[in-house]
Amino acid sequence: MLFQPAIIALLLASAVSVAMLAAASPFAWELIRHWDISSGSERQLRLERRTYLMSTLLTFVFATQLVALLLFVFNADKMAVMFVGAMCAVGTLNANAFGFPALIAQIVVFFLAAAWLVLNQADSRAYDYPLVRVKYSLLLGILPFVALAFGLQLEYFLHLKADVITSCCGSLFSGDAKTLSGDAAAMPPRPALALFYGTLAAAIGAAILHARKLRGGYLVAASSALAFVAALIGILSFVSLYVYEHPHHHCPFCLLKPEYDYQGYWLYLPLFAATAAGLGVGAVQPFARIASLGAIVPDIARRLSWIAATGFAIFAAVATFMILQSNLILLEN
Amino acid sequence: MKTWIEKQKALIDFTLSSLARRKVKNLGMLLVYTLIVFLLASVMLFTHALRREAAEVLKNSPEVIVQRMVAGRHDLIPPGYLEKLGRIRGVQKKEGRLWGYYYDGVVKANYTLMAPSAEAPAAQKVADGKIVIGAAMARARGLATGNLISFRSYSGRLFSFTVADVLPHAAELISADLILMSEADYRAFFDIPAGYYTDIALSVANPQEVRNIAAKLAEALPDSRPILRDEVLRTYESIFNWREGIVLVLLAGSIFAFAIFAWEKASGLSAEEKREIGILKAIGWETGDVIKMKFWEGALISLTAFLLGYVAAYVHVFRFSSMLFEPVLKGWAVLYPRFELTPVVDGFQVATLFFFTVFPYTVATIVPIWRAAITDPDAVMRG
Repeated sequence: MLFQPAIIALLLASAVSVAMLAAASPFAWELIRHWDISSGSERQLRLERRTYLMSTLLTFVFATQLVALLLFVFNADKMAVMFVGAMCAVGTLNANAFGFPALIAQIVVFFLAAAWLVLNQADSRAYDYPLVRVKYSLLLGILPFVALAFGLQLEYFLHLKADVITSCCGSLFSGDAKTLSGDAAAMPPRPALALFYGTLAAAIGAAILHARKLRGGYLVAASSALAFVAALIGILSFVSLYVYEHPHHHCPFCLLKPEYDYQGYWLYLPLFAATAAGLGVGAVQPFARIASLGAIVPDIARRLSWIAATGFAIFAAVATFMILQSNLILLEN
Repeated sequence: MKTWIEKQKALIDFTLSSLARRKVKNLGMLLVYTLIVFLLASVMLFTHALRREAAEVLKNSPEVIVQRMVAGRHDLIPPGYLEKLGRIRGVQKKEGRLWGYYYDGVVKANYTLMAPSAEAPAAQKVADGKIVIGAAMARARGLATGNLISFRSYSGRLFSFTVADVLPHAAELISADLILMSEADYRAFFDIPAGYYTDIALSVANPQEVRNIAAKLAEALPDSRPILRDEVLRTYESIFNWREGIVLVLLAGSIFAFAIFAWEKASGLSAEEKREIGILKAIGWETGDVIKMKFWEGALISLTAFLLGYVAAYVHVFRFSSMLFEPVLKGWAVLYPRFELTPVVDGFQVATLFFFTVFPYTVATIVPIWRAAITDPDAVMRG
């Protein structure tokens, strides 16, 4: 099934990203070892020039990864017609053992890439490039993940056979399934609602607090990560039910389908953006004490906090709107 | 935020005037770029429209078709078979269908002969001795309503029919080679005794029941072959995607050539361009600013080429029925339907196309852009 345009595009993007990062890593290593901003040597000059190439290249690669995640999910959804038993992205991803790992790896790469881009932004605004070593060490750390994501995608697409009978979202996300997703789906709506709005409120609160008073940077990151998980549980447990107006259909992917007016994108885009921004706030915190970043880190953290707060607020508002619009009565008062 | 936007606006302004100063070079690049987008977009738009068309056509076909097999070959349904099927839960309606192929030596083509369903509304019924024909066949034989036409049946007898109507052009994709005749005429023409049918069509209301019903059918009638509409749809989807993918892979060579071309263009800076960058840096531009300017240059060229190429492909596919790719993607037949595709633009496809064109372009130009941007002002101005 390799000869599908979107699959070729995805693999092309992943392969080029891995190749670029791999090509950049020897230079990254050299940078880490020999970087000395106070030196005026020829090597330092060369390294300084090279950082421009590197940061442009990496910005491009990571921006590609952000878009690739979207394309990956969209592609999975589109390909569902080609598998017996598949009705949405779940069936496609379930068609072999590599589907969901590939998706999860892509999501991990997404957040790592976002965090790296935040650091890069902070670094390029300071006059003495204080984060060069950190940035390029991180790059070496991210490379295996990007390579893994590419490997999983390749395995997944290579082993995709149209004659496999896959399982539909109905069986994977039902409350009876003995899996993590099944447990999340089985969570009764009342505690799930409390958890959902509670953690979202906490995340929004922490982000606003940080934006106003510049306190609790790590708290923003932690609460964002928690809110991400709680939001996914909430979508599984009750938001999806309200959207489908069906008390047993817990699928988080059918939301993305045209039948439901692509409502899922309204949920997932703000959620992912807010989580990435929240994690970014945490990512810059360790460097707040560096002299040249003294004014820059708080500024970036403040902006990201606003983005996180707005993103989570939009997400919560959209979810609430969906629940209020729905004809389904899940909780009887 | 506002200053950022102002800065980008100024950069774009500068980039545009800088692009305009080197018209010939940039127009050449734009032309090749547009051509690449045009080629790829044509393939994508065309296959997508065909896919959509197939899905639309199949939407009204029965959920399950049962054929009888004899020694692995498709055979007629004998009398009593329909009754033997019995009542299968979930099946709303079952009916025997009569259709077949007839080879016409005059135009050297096969016609599809069919008797409209017994339950069809009266307006769609065909009277004995009359036929309703598809548009492509009417063209091939030069027929119009009221004309008389004779066919020699497989038993050697000559049959004459009056053309009662020509099917509308809008339905040509499915009815190009179709001849509709009454059941009695059909049975007489092919010598098929009463009670025999070509196959059986089943209507199933619940899509999730279709597989169960097919399993029950296979159990109750071991000599039958159920064909599911979903399977047909899936096959079409795979086939068209596969063809599209193959064409794209074949075009990969040109994408690659294009990337090399972009690389060359971007790295072959003229002395004048180098001087320009040198002066910019001498008056205080940073390397980052030059990269940004070059980025905007690439973005402007990409967007223009993408828009132009996509619009040209749209016109090519939907206005000129994609003259360039028809033979590869459409398949062929003597009585090929003439049809206009319904224009469909799909966001997913635009995104994929973007990956196929803008992505290689950007990859190819990153290093040359950087090389240009790190130029030392004094080195340029002295040289």
